[in-house]
Amino acid sequence: MTAPLAAPADLAIVATDLTRRFGNFTAVDHITFDVKAGEVFGFLGANGAGKTTAIKMLIGLLEPTSGEAKVAGLDLRTQTEEIRRRIGYMSQKFSLYEDLTVLENIALYGGIYGLTDRQIRERAAVMLETLGLSDDLVGRLPLGWKQKLAFSVALLHEPAIVFLDEPTGGVDPITRRQFWEMIYAAAARGTTVFVTTHYMDEAEYCDRISIMVDGRIATIGTPLELKQQWKVPSIDELFVRLARPS
Amino acid sequence: MISTLGAFMTKEVRHILRDRQTLTVLLLMPLIQVVLFGYALRSDVRDVRLAIVDPSPDYATLALRDRLQAARRFRIVATGRSMSDIEPLFRQGRADLAVSFEPQFAARLESREPARVLIAVDASDPNTGSTMQAYARAVITAYEQELGAKGAQPVRIAPEVRMRFNPTLESVNLFIPGLIALVLTLVSALMTAISLSREKERGTLEILLVSPLRPWQIIVGKVFPYLGLAFANVLTALVAAWLVFNVPFRGSVTLLLVESILYSMVSLAIGVLVASLTPSQRVAMLVALLATMLPSTLLSGMVFPLASMPKVLQVLSNIVPARWFIVIARGIMLKGVGLEHLWKETLVLIGMTLFFMMAAVRSFKARVA
Repeated sequence: MTAPLAAPADLAIVATDLTRRFGNFTAVDHITFDVKAGEVFGFLGANGAGKTTAIKMLIGLLEPTSGEAKVAGLDLRTQTEEIRRRIGYMSQKFSLYEDLTVLENIALYGGIYGLTDRQIRERAAVMLETLGLSDDLVGRLPLGWKQKLAFSVALLHEPAIVFLDEPTGGVDPITRRQFWEMIYAAAARGTTVFVTTHYMDEAEYCDRISIMVDGRIATIGTPLELKQQWKVPSIDELFVRLARPS
Repeated sequence: MISTLGAFMTKEVRHILRDRQTLTVLLLMPLIQVVLFGYALRSDVRDVRLAIVDPSPDYATLALRDRLQAARRFRIVATGRSMSDIEPLFRQGRADLAVSFEPQFAARLESREPARVLIAVDASDPNTGSTMQAYARAVITAYEQELGAKGAQPVRIAPEVRMRFNPTLESVNLFIPGLIALVLTLVSALMTAISLSREKERGTLEILLVSPLRPWQIIVGKVFPYLGLAFANVLTALVAAWLVFNVPFRGSVTLLLVESILYSMVSLAIGVLVASLTPSQRVAMLVALLATMLPSTLLSGMVFPLASMPKVLQVLSNIVPARWFIVIARGIMLKGVGLEHLWKETLVLIGMTLFFMMAAVRSFKARVA
């Protein structure tokens, strides 16, 4: 189903037997998968299946108990610093500063990622223009705008890979649609998008998806492949079948 | 590296300036506390370090010296010929009490003239000071009666007491340095504890940890912007102490400010440590309050003299930053001494700052790993 001998340069993420235990509990159990550069990869799973733990390992917030991974071609264990400069992250929680204005938030993250003042000014102007925002306090923006802004800020330093952990939780369908347009636009510019979601219609928008069950990857492939392979009409049905084994 | 940290600090400064209500409360707190505590706080000493001045030793002075030495409260740390011999000990805080006999002490007793003895006390802590001088007087009076009982005619020893450093025995002079310590710890530790645990709760800390920002940069970036606020607090507390209570400033104001800033840094670092160890903003606030307020009031020598505490508490008090700062502040304000006598305490505070900062970075990394 995937090219058997893809050159590493084409792979944004390569995880091999990645495992994380908390005491006796194995949250992530020897997962092996890869994500191609420039694709939109949907990382699905029920609550508690181990998605968040897996993401936290990939972005360097949690150390793996065992296993290996390469992120943006860099070793997860030894090149964490370099990885941090090349990835963007948007968490489940809204994570911009509400008491700062849009531009102040942009200046902060631009500064942290080492952009020059000029780069920050230029990219901020483009961002405000694209999103149709003015420089208000972030706390005054409606949730949908906040999420779009957070995504844009996660892309500010032009990362090779952006990790989105349930980015569309709690936003209305129209904003969700706009959000996915932004995801496609980012992918079109060459950014690899690694996204978790609970919305199965969103899973259908992904280039490839994996479904995690009890810390393992139960299945992986393009939405079309998976539907044919498991003989189901929709990813929704496949998800329910895998997540609740009879 | 620099621009990264700079961007982070800029953001912290913006947080501080944007929240006007909190800023007002933080700025007014020292003023209110100093005034309230200053008015509200108006109030068995062992191991008193005694210095003896005996210009012409004779049987009477030696007998009195024996009796002072025998009294279990006193420990003679020096004996000199003149007051100027022991003056440095006082300034350095190595003697608490001096008993000075006048020349020809025994001869005066024999000729039935009043034999004078001067009792000088370090009264920068007025309670301890007056207790110590009372002990000395008791020993002298006992000897006087003993001599009187032996001889046919009564003898007279005339003790004269001098309260050094705090002649009017104003307890407020004693409390103000402690109060400054308390206010600084409270405000500083609370500020960073709240600000960091807020980031934890809102999820912004996670974003920072994924970014190239290093844990030490987050901690330094949290501590330094608040130093400005702490500095304003120090100034308010000092000006209030001076204007409202006429607390003297015998030493260098600059040195006092520098030491106060150093002490604030310890407290700010403690706040960061508390925030990184506690699960929520609420818990962080409570822990920061308890961890700073109780030791700073009870174990610092601010209210209760350390000298009269059980040994265990005396040892324990060494880890309370306020204990060291109070020695420094009292030294500068009341005694007018400089860094040459306070370098030890200053080094302790520097060490504590580094320790708490590193502990905070470590516990931070532990959370991440």
